[in-house]
Amino acid sequence: MAITSPTTVRTHPAHPVSIRDVGRTFPARDRGGRDTPVLAGVDLEVEAGEIVALIGASGCGKSTLLRQISGLDTPTAGQILVDGTPVRGTDERSAVAFQEPRLLPWRTLAQNVALGLPRGTDKAAGRQRVAELLELVGLGECTQYRPRQISGGMAQRTSLARALARNPGVLVLDEPFGALDALTRLRMQDLLLDVHAAEPTTVVLVTHDVDEALYLADRVVLLGRPEGAPRGTASTVRTIVTVPGTRPRDRGDAELAHLRAGLLEGLGVHAHHQTTPTP
Amino acid sequence: MTILGSTGTGPVVDKDGRPLRALNQFDTRGDQPVDPSSGDTGRPSPARRWNPLATRWGRVGLGLVVPALLLALWQLATSVLGVFAPHQLPAPTAVWQAAVELATWEVGPTLWEHLQISTQRVLLGFALGSVLGLAVGALVGLSRLGDALLSGTFGAVRAVPSLGWVPLLILWMGINEDSKVTLIAIGAFFPVYTTVASALRHVDQHLVEAGRAYGLRGTSLLLRVQLPAATPAVVSGLRLALAQSWLFLVAAELIASSMGLGFLLMDSANNGRTDRILLALVMLALIGKLTDALIGVVEKRLLRRF
Repeated sequence: MAITSPTTVRTHPAHPVSIRDVGRTFPARDRGGRDTPVLAGVDLEVEAGEIVALIGASGCGKSTLLRQISGLDTPTAGQILVDGTPVRGTDERSAVAFQEPRLLPWRTLAQNVALGLPRGTDKAAGRQRVAELLELVGLGECTQYRPRQISGGMAQRTSLARALARNPGVLVLDEPFGALDALTRLRMQDLLLDVHAAEPTTVVLVTHDVDEALYLADRVVLLGRPEGAPRGTASTVRTIVTVPGTRPRDRGDAELAHLRAGLLEGLGVHAHHQTTPTP
Repeated sequence: MTILGSTGTGPVVDKDGRPLRALNQFDTRGDQPVDPSSGDTGRPSPARRWNPLATRWGRVGLGLVVPALLLALWQLATSVLGVFAPHQLPAPTAVWQAAVELATWEVGPTLWEHLQISTQRVLLGFALGSVLGLAVGALVGLSRLGDALLSGTFGAVRAVPSLGWVPLLILWMGINEDSKVTLIAIGAFFPVYTTVASALRHVDQHLVEAGRAYGLRGTSLLLRVQLPAATPAVVSGLRLALAQSWLFLVAAELIASSMGLGFLLMDSANNGRTDRILLALVMLALIGKLTDALIGVVEKRLLRRF
């Protein structure tokens, strides 16, 4: 697939993200119930243009952290800075793609992508940008289709195009490929890397898939409750793994396999990984 | 010798660059949607028997079968077999004669004047009631405060049977157009209010969140995400409201009026004109069906996008 760098609208420079001592406690649902602490003392610096993957067990607060970066949720402690200024509600610096495509069924793909355009985009420029983005994600011929007429993978690509239409300084992806079949997922991963190469924005993504994290990210952040802490303790950053090598990476690389085993152990899964002694 | 060329990832082509269909049947570049109508199987389609369900006019024709049978049965039972006395059930021909007579009636309002005033009342009441229903429904469906404040009260008001309003409306507004249109508006209000409130309350929260994530707030969120998502329910609410409007029209006209189909019903009953009673009923059925069909067309156009 040919990747052409879009020219019509200036891309936001990639923004750094600072997560400083962030905590989130969900209040009890009814009187007498207990508050649920989900995150506590999360510190993370994401550099501009970096790809960071968050992994962790179900319910560990990955998605909550992601929603806070995109302004859909607010931390109860600490703060999150995008490009040095605090996040207060959703704004145009970041764009989010959800686990489900969440396309508006009554709009065409082009109209759905146009939803992502920053306010005040010139009409003609906006149209051209939408066309370029749909071309970029390989849907150039489907611009007038409606979401119910396309497959799940195509819908997810449209969702990615919509996020890119924002020209985001930070691209926030919540398990973007989780609901796709294995083959489509591999294609989408490569597409994301192509897009990142063409428009090097900062990417923070949540995934359940350790292999995906290692294939895509510069750094993999393992979230979870501190070692030995009882159930119900808030999660924090357990480990940060810097992934060696440059993209595109060899999916079968031995060093990655080693890191993979370590991360799986961190998630509480035994990897059955044999370390072969190097001569 | 010419070797069939392949451009690597593209389709297999002949020497002129035209794709060869037979060699490209597994060409699944990406996951393009498949248009089943483009599949050329090369076989002629078998000659099919005539199926009336396949065409629109066929379906309309089938819909007319039962009314035609009823009409025939009616004629048979009255003028041929004489099962009913004419003052109980006049023949269809007598009803038709009553229609012709009333169309050029000189003593009182003509059939057209009855139809016109009734339609006018229904349209005014329906418009008023559904606009209010849309507004209050939106308030209750979107705002938890609105829900808490209003839904109980409106639920209770809704429980009042339609005829219960008549004495109060006459007392307040008098016997005139206002009280009739108000009664019809009350009838049209509730179906719209209920469906809009519940549809907006149940709009997919994922879509709403996606809208918020892309900077939509308040009115823009309502207009771009919530209302379109609720459109199918809103349209069916409007349809119900229209049917309810005709119901309330007859209630309003039966009680106090000097014109309209409801008046024609009442007046004919008082004068023993069974033929005109039947005429009024047939008119209500026809015009109700006609307005419903009009809304059906609008519905079809709106929902084509979903």
